[in-house]
Amino acid sequence: MAVLIDRTTRLLVQGLTGREGTFHAKQAAAYGTTVVGGVTPGKGGTTHEGWPVFNTVADAVRQTGANASVIFVPPPAAADAILEAADAGLALAVCITEGIPILDMMRVFAVIRGGPTRVIGPNCPGVITAGQAKAGIIPGHICKPGRVGIVSKSGTLTYEAIHQLTRLGLGQTTCIGIGGDPLIGTSFIDALSLFAADPETEAVAMIGEIGGTAEEEAAAWIQKNFKKPVVGFIAGQTAPPGRRMGHAGAIIAGGKGTAAEKMEALETAGVHVVKSPAEIGAAVKTALRS
Amino acid sequence: MKIHEYQAKAILAKHGVPVPRGEVVFTAADAAAVARRLGPPVVVKAQIHAGGRGKGGGVKVVKTAEEAEQVAQKMLGMTLVTYQTGPHGQKVQRVLVEQGLAIRRELYLGLVLDRSTERPVLMVSPDGGVEIEKVAAETPERIFKEHVHPGVGLASYQTRKLAFALGLEGPQIAQAGKFMGAISDAFRGTDASLIEINPLIVTGEGTLLALDAKMNFDDNALYRHPDIKELRDLSEEDPLEVEASKYSLNYIKLDGTIGCMVNGAGLAMATMDIIKLAGGEPANFLDVGGGANADQIRNAFRILMSDKNVKAVLINIFGGILRCDVLAEGVIAAVKELGVRVPIVIRMEGTNVEKGKQMLKESGLNFTTADAMGEAAEKVVKLGKQETSA
Repeated sequence: MAVLIDRTTRLLVQGLTGREGTFHAKQAAAYGTTVVGGVTPGKGGTTHEGWPVFNTVADAVRQTGANASVIFVPPPAAADAILEAADAGLALAVCITEGIPILDMMRVFAVIRGGPTRVIGPNCPGVITAGQAKAGIIPGHICKPGRVGIVSKSGTLTYEAIHQLTRLGLGQTTCIGIGGDPLIGTSFIDALSLFAADPETEAVAMIGEIGGTAEEEAAAWIQKNFKKPVVGFIAGQTAPPGRRMGHAGAIIAGGKGTAAEKMEALETAGVHVVKSPAEIGAAVKTALRS
Repeated sequence: MKIHEYQAKAILAKHGVPVPRGEVVFTAADAAAVARRLGPPVVVKAQIHAGGRGKGGGVKVVKTAEEAEQVAQKMLGMTLVTYQTGPHGQKVQRVLVEQGLAIRRELYLGLVLDRSTERPVLMVSPDGGVEIEKVAAETPERIFKEHVHPGVGLASYQTRKLAFALGLEGPQIAQAGKFMGAISDAFRGTDASLIEINPLIVTGEGTLLALDAKMNFDDNALYRHPDIKELRDLSEEDPLEVEASKYSLNYIKLDGTIGCMVNGAGLAMATMDIIKLAGGEPANFLDVGGGANADQIRNAFRILMSDKNVKAVLINIFGGILRCDVLAEGVIAAVKELGVRVPIVIRMEGTNVEKGKQMLKESGLNFTTADAMGEAAEKVVKLGKQETSA
């Protein structure tokens, strides 16, 4: 089962012929993902590393039966690439690109919300279903199939959580990096809804960051709707206000978006909140036992 | 990116927002000349990127050109401390001299992106001239909001709603509509991330004017606004942070003693957190990015070490794209080049970790290694304390 992607996913790579696109297409294929081809405008009809390249996403979908895409397109063209994926009717578009102007993403979401395309990201590490398939840059070798779902704003902190779980002998269902930008396609609540409906996922590790109110909103939703155990960690407990900590979304502004507020909201909702990022794995283990 | 008030006013004026007449000057003599040209009374305003200048003595109303010269003389070169500058303050290098105006009312107007609705939100309040956070906390019903549709833009009825909520009347309603429309155009046209007019005043003659102006911009969109990119004032930023940005490194200087170097923003914040939990204080936030090369690692290390407060360094890398052997190569090169003066704890994991560890071992340099984050934090804090007491 798992969520979002699995063995049946037919993955398209937008920006396949670029350095990042090429590298990660190969990695995804090596992990077992069915990569069906790529899109690079102007290079349609050629092949790249054995894959067919198309001028448009619509062409690619028609000829390969692709149902998901991963986007490695530079920032000025990335918002357009997402719109193109949605226009072609893909069920899933995972945008890895970092540095897309926020007003571009605002226009994208104004168009695609309510439509059939789920967007993950942008500025995210993507999605991996352990032992089955991946769309993005999460290293496959640290994952192990199992029963824990992960949803996280941060890339390398996702790897850290996966690694801790795997070392404790706990495998994962699907790991979802939702991204650290102020506007993202899939929220914590969206990801948790997917995990709620997935019988294989028995517990979830949720990793948030300072900035915005997505964690607080998720906390309220969890309290009402989510029955499986959740372990939470919020990065940025020591971050000073007014300074953007790397991610465009990670800033404490006007006294809002602090780690303390988020941790409290999650605790109130019954989430097992850990203060130390080193304890995520162990806390999941404990939560699963109880 | 932030800019100065006078720059924000120039941009807004170009989009049709009414602003006071005034000029920026770098010397006291020029301040007097501008004051004469405008005709006193005038206002002399220190130009630094932080807010709260009035309370810090950075805004003065003067009655004569001579007085403008004296005030400017005092302001230029002084270090202004406000609640936004931090205790170190910010040196004033330019002042804005503006016409003095009779003020009938002080209102607030702000335009920012609202994450939850995924739209810009235009906020106004009849309680201008004070910190809007305070109004939001104490009397939230005194803030009125309208969301701007990304396709349609700000609609006339929305500006009327806000204008009536502000208690404006007669020709001011149409004026406010034009004012808000111009603000919205400027936001969209410059990829602003924030526009704040506090106060937006009703003058003695009953017209609307942006008495103060603040604009921030989306760094990701600066590539399509070269004119705005040029307004970046490096003297307002920390020199180490400026140096780091040259190498696409994300560095923020903090006050602690444990330097850290991490890949990824979330893991970098989490590393700061775990240092604190282990009883230490992080000296910085440093994200070298997902795909750093050996040269970037070397520069990151150099910048990290130029902070004299650093007593020990923790390198925490989870190699996904960034391979551990590349990291090791960069660190070894940097340590050999710069000479080590503090203990270094390295925790790395992920792609090519065994090769990386091997390289560190064979380098003959004195690194402490750790397998897990918690262990690494404890080791670095302990070593840092030994270093401090030594």
